Amino acid sequence: MEISVNGASFDIDVEPDMPLLWVLRDELSITGPKYGCGIAQCGACTVHVDGVAVRSCQLAIGDLAGGDVTTIEGLGTPDAMNKVQEAWLEHQVAQCGYCQSGQIMQAASFLDTNPEPTDDQIDAAMSGNLCRCGTYPRIRAAVKTAAKNLREV
Amino acid sequence: MSRLRTITRRTLLIGSAAIVGGVAFGTYLVKKPIPNPLLDDLNDGEAAITPYLKIDAQGITLITPRADKGQGAYAIQANLIAEELDIDPATATLTPGLPDAAYYNAAVLEEGTPFPAYDDSRTAETIRSFMAVPAKLFEVQLTGGSSTVPDQYVKLRTAGAVARETLKEAAAQRTGHARSDLKTQDGQVILPDGTSIKYTDLAAEAAQIDPITDVTLRDPNNWTRLGKTAPRLDMADKVTGAQKYGIDGAVEGMVYAAVRTNPALGGEVDSFDASAAGSMRGVQNVIPIKHGVAVIADNTWRAWQAADAIEITWGSAPYAGSTEDVFDAIDAVINVEDHFDHQQRNEGDVDASLDGGEIIEATYRIPFLAHAPMEPMNAIVLVTDTECTVWTGTQIPIFVRDHAAEITGLDKDQIKVHVQAMGGSFGHKLEDTHVLQAVEIAVAMKGTPVKLTWSREEDMTHDYMRPGSIAKARGAIKDGKVDSFDLSVGQSALMPDWFGRLTGMSIPGPDPSITQGSWDQPYEIPNYRVTGYRAPKMIPISSWRSVGASGNGFYHDTFLDELIHAAGADPLEERLRLCFHDDSRKVLEKVGELCNWNGSDIGKNRGRGIAYCMSFGVPVAIVTDVTNTDAGIKIDKVFAVTDSGPVLDPINYEAQVFGGIIWGMAHAMNCETTFENGAAQENNYHAFEGMRLYQVPDFEIAALTNASKIRGIGEPGVPPAAPSLGNAIFAATGKRIREMPFNKHIDFV
Repeated sequence: MEISVNGASFDIDVEPDMPLLWVLRDELSITGPKYGCGIAQCGACTVHVDGVAVRSCQLAIGDLAGGDVTTIEGLGTPDAMNKVQEAWLEHQVAQCGYCQSGQIMQAASFLDTNPEPTDDQIDAAMSGNLCRCGTYPRIRAAVKTAAKNLREV
Repeated sequence: MSRLRTITRRTLLIGSAAIVGGVAFGTYLVKKPIPNPLLDDLNDGEAAITPYLKIDAQGITLITPRADKGQGAYAIQANLIAEELDIDPATATLTPGLPDAAYYNAAVLEEGTPFPAYDDSRTAETIRSFMAVPAKLFEVQLTGGSSTVPDQYVKLRTAGAVARETLKEAAAQRTGHARSDLKTQDGQVILPDGTSIKYTDLAAEAAQIDPITDVTLRDPNNWTRLGKTAPRLDMADKVTGAQKYGIDGAVEGMVYAAVRTNPALGGEVDSFDASAAGSMRGVQNVIPIKHGVAVIADNTWRAWQAADAIEITWGSAPYAGSTEDVFDAIDAVINVEDHFDHQQRNEGDVDASLDGGEIIEATYRIPFLAHAPMEPMNAIVLVTDTECTVWTGTQIPIFVRDHAAEITGLDKDQIKVHVQAMGGSFGHKLEDTHVLQAVEIAVAMKGTPVKLTWSREEDMTHDYMRPGSIAKARGAIKDGKVDSFDLSVGQSALMPDWFGRLTGMSIPGPDPSITQGSWDQPYEIPNYRVTGYRAPKMIPISSWRSVGASGNGFYHDTFLDELIHAAGADPLEERLRLCFHDDSRKVLEKVGELCNWNGSDIGKNRGRGIAYCMSFGVPVAIVTDVTNTDAGIKIDKVFAVTDSGPVLDPINYEAQVFGGIIWGMAHAMNCETTFENGAAQENNYHAFEGMRLYQVPDFEIAALTNASKIRGIGEPGVPPAAPSLGNAIFAATGKRIREMPFNKHIDFV
């Protein structure tokens, strides 16, 4: 099976029910997407498929259907960050950082569809992503900053 | 424990120092310097001037031996060294190094001494300083107890200064200038004529010089890094997915392991059938391990699938099986003489003051709780005939080393533990069962690196939990003032359970964690008593962010609030009247100022609660505002004030404060771990929700810096969080919630 991740194409030989998360992490060594719960309760595994946020722990690779996968590594790098990542840096959001790949991928997808969100819309869009360190106040602030900066592009 | 005894400070001290196993120390051992471990393994031209720094022609490596579980330990340790060394820590390589006696934690055991943190008498300080002795002799290299900054504050700045002066001496010897005429800046020695020599160019010469240890630390007024607003060193990596955690590790030729072990901790396997699992794709091996079965496969997910396909019949639980059994056993010890553990506060005449008149009584309860950090337990282990190498995130590297030596039969110096960055811990990684399972599997797979990853379900059902406990309180009011306060707390002993597991020793004496955070509050109440009762050992328990104070902060402050309301007094004014500790009073006054305190009534369907707790030496006051909506309680805003002395990293400090408060409130709202047949029932986040973004209040935080001693801030925000929320709910609704999680009694929105 061939899949496209971060613009590169990979040939993989796995059973169709293997979740995308584990194809990325264990078959392709792309470790930005994190395992947190395996049941779509925490959002740490969030990636984009054709630009839309999905929980990669719940997407069987057989259901990917040729979609283009983007992980946090494909969104931006330490030397060339995406606006959402820049906002996360500006607000010094991360503590342990483990959930932040998923938080950022969720926010990026959300802001793509809703560039001028209200506070309630931000809260609703981000509430599927769990953070145990309690970085939430800064996540909220970073989403607002990212929205503003993306609009100014 | 057959008779009621009054615990004197001396006997409790022995209890605390029982961590040392009753060993008497010779002066020689205590004073003997610990060799610099870096000197054993240096390349040509490489210098290790102190145990915290290696330098060669290519660059500088800083050793940051306290583990980073997200609290920012690496960044603060690097900045402490860099402040005196005059380097930009972003240009250095950071590594926790290999575990070694040189990195013992002198501060972490102080919390167990029988003196409240506000007591700075000579006796208290002397006894506290004694705790460095067992810490040193037992090589307690441990991250926890909010001790990283207090322990390293002088040590690491001194290490930086020693290295700087030694590098200057190398430059002095090369150039013929006096060392005192040289300056340093940005990783260079500056000569009197303004020319410079890079530290890295001086490494080979510095290696030949005895370190210059006669150094004076800089006046904090002249600091250029500490106390300044600066980004965390790991932030760019953490927002781009570049940060590697233990779970992301890979070693050439590695195989992937999963385990299933008895969900009743310590229970056995009666039988198992792995015939289906053994033939699944990618499965290489199925082996029995202690208390369970392991699968080795070519991918984590395949290993988990196969582990789930094994039919296992478990042995019975080695302790009381259900939540109610356990709480019944705890309830049965409270105020029962035979189960008396300790009493460190007994002022006035409590019994006389509660004899007759109107008594206010209340019973409180907190549940067992998993730690549930986002990153589940994992470890990579490679065992050969001559070495065992471990890569894992851990707060206890030296115990991991010793335990791996026992399992493999290798010597301790043949065990290499490489501590990895952690995706949270909150005390979870003060245990190493998962690492030892990986070692056990790696022994069976000798020569092949084995990566073990626990599933979320394995993780949450094989945690050593925050202990559940019960408190019974009685009090009385006189002339509109709190006159009598009597709190009895029942809990299984935590320290003997945890430290016994780590050391294999039986830990005698009382367990201070039972009343940690309630006996040691700086209030003067005419009749005031706090007593700890010990329940039998049941569910295995361990430390959870803020340890004993996580429950005692709730018990003490909530009951105080009940008495204050019964007295008709103002919650802030009465706390101020009772509090005799200056720094704490200022914290209370400041939080009142931040929120424009004018009583707990802030309008229709709204309520304001205040709480205070001193834990880990840090007074913290929190005011929480809530609205009682049609659908439930909405937490609107939280004001918090702390005082832990100088603030070294303001951005991260604030994050630890609100993170701690969210931790305290989230679990109070809706988390508990219950047990059936000895097995934890809440096995994933659907049943252990915590706080989600839509529930998060606004925060206003201030850090006072009056305290004379610097403290850590990872934990002290937790204990007053839950009572401030509960007190606010009472103010808004008239309903007093005495049991966590609160959502058993009220809804949240």
